[in-house]
Amino acid sequence: MAKSHKPVVWFPFAAGGTVIAFFIPVIVLLTLMAALGHAPAGLDYANLHAFAANGLGKLIIFGVVSLSMWSSAHRLRCTFYDFGVRADTAVATILYLAAIIGSILAAIYLLRI
Amino acid sequence: MSNSPPRSHPPLAAPPEGAAASLGRPGGSSERTVTLEVLRYDPDTDSEARFQRYEVVCQEEWVVLDALNKVKADIDPTLNYRWSCHMAVCGSCGMMINGEPKLSCHAFLRNYEGVIRIEPLANFPIERDLVVAPDDFMDKLKRVKPYLIPKQEKPISEGEYKQTPAQLMKYRQYSMCINCMLCYAACPQYGLTPSFIGPAALTLAHRYNQDSRDGGRKERQEVAATHEGVWECTFVGACSEVCPAHVDPASALQQMKITSSIDWIVEHLIPGGKP
Amino acid sequence: MSRRPLLREFPPTTWYFRQPRYLRYMSREITSILIAAYCVLLVFGLHSLAAGPAAWEAFLLTLKSPASIVFQLLVLIAAVYHAATWFNATQKAMPLQIGEYFVPGAMISGAHYVAWALLSFAILFLAGVI
Repeated sequence: MAKSHKPVVWFPFAAGGTVIAFFIPVIVLLTLMAALGHAPAGLDYANLHAFAANGLGKLIIFGVVSLSMWSSAHRLRCTFYDFGVRADTAVATILYLAAIIGSILAAIYLLRI
Repeated sequence: MSNSPPRSHPPLAAPPEGAAASLGRPGGSSERTVTLEVLRYDPDTDSEARFQRYEVVCQEEWVVLDALNKVKADIDPTLNYRWSCHMAVCGSCGMMINGEPKLSCHAFLRNYEGVIRIEPLANFPIERDLVVAPDDFMDKLKRVKPYLIPKQEKPISEGEYKQTPAQLMKYRQYSMCINCMLCYAACPQYGLTPSFIGPAALTLAHRYNQDSRDGGRKERQEVAATHEGVWECTFVGACSEVCPAHVDPASALQQMKITSSIDWIVEHLIPGGKP
Repeated sequence: MSRRPLLREFPPTTWYFRQPRYLRYMSREITSILIAAYCVLLVFGLHSLAAGPAAWEAFLLTLKSPASIVFQLLVLIAAVYHAATWFNATQKAMPLQIGEYFVPGAMISGAHYVAWALLSFAILFLAGVI
């Protein structure tokens, strides 16, 4: 049996899992504050736009969004298998494709800013 | 060896105090009637496994294995199960006790209430009663080459392969495996995908990979880095929780995923790179 | 005496009810559903941010619906649970040996928790919350 190419999908999963752990809780906290009517200054259009207009800001946002999406797509793939769905190739194709499309969209929107 | 003293066994007439109680001798300990519900299967007559109940008078400090021995001795000599050392060293008395993979010599009756349900190790075919067929595990163990493959063979005249204490500590924990197969009974990925090489075998591969005297990692990766190897693991962590020898297979497999990924990058993304 | 081993099925769709630890594992894994959904929301947010101030304000307004608030609360719980399980796992995936001794696992995970707290506070500070 040949060596697996799983590292291609696993490395971004591991990186994304770390990114989710470090960044997503605090980001949810910020959007939740905005939802509850206490929008933090950082979510003002001018401030956030300025951050996203900066090259480094773009890179950070893209990294967080795309890696988080990839990581959840990969974990979801394993979860489908765990729930008894045996069509792994189809599930993997759909989920990874969704994560790639989401990342491309994020890149397009970021480049428009 | 010739001048070492012969190994003497403790005299049978005077076993240590704990052992006396364990053998069911009167020692002032309290008795308790325990109900065991044991899965039975006779390949000569049965097409299905069935549960059979036994009421056993036990000493409070007994383990489940003592209760089974009492059943076999006094109630039903047809009951089959494996055991040997009665001290969590040999790894042969693993079974499911109330759904949990355990060494039955290490499962104290005082920790159980009500009916105790005893089944053969999950995820293995039942040979007879509580005896499972370990063939699949044995085969996988062989495939990972769990022995030292020296980087360079040297003649005995050149002396031993030396190792520092730090080099020993690097793999020591993973060398404690007693091949009891509890981790396979606990691993849902092995249950779902029986071709998975599994926790203990991969952990032993890791143990030899981590050994400073060894040079066989490349050969073991031919098995460990395949789909059936570490990549079937989703880090449930059950293997480490049930391991009676505190080996922590889950940690070994995560480390192997990281090193296998680095191998892949070196092999495919770095021009001329060889892992 | 014949050899006729009996195979017992591992229930492929209901196995996780067998042991509490399997349910804990599955609850860790299904956090990915909520995280994935939240990522979709973030991409929508980027779309609105790129479309101008009016679109961004409209996006913030949609966040305020009761359904959205409940959703974000669930995502928050899922994300914190993911973070805790992830940081607890670091000591297994990346043990640190110094000489003959291993750094206690609690210190490796603990360092991640400290870094997490510092990073979160820094982001809250930069966002003008504290």
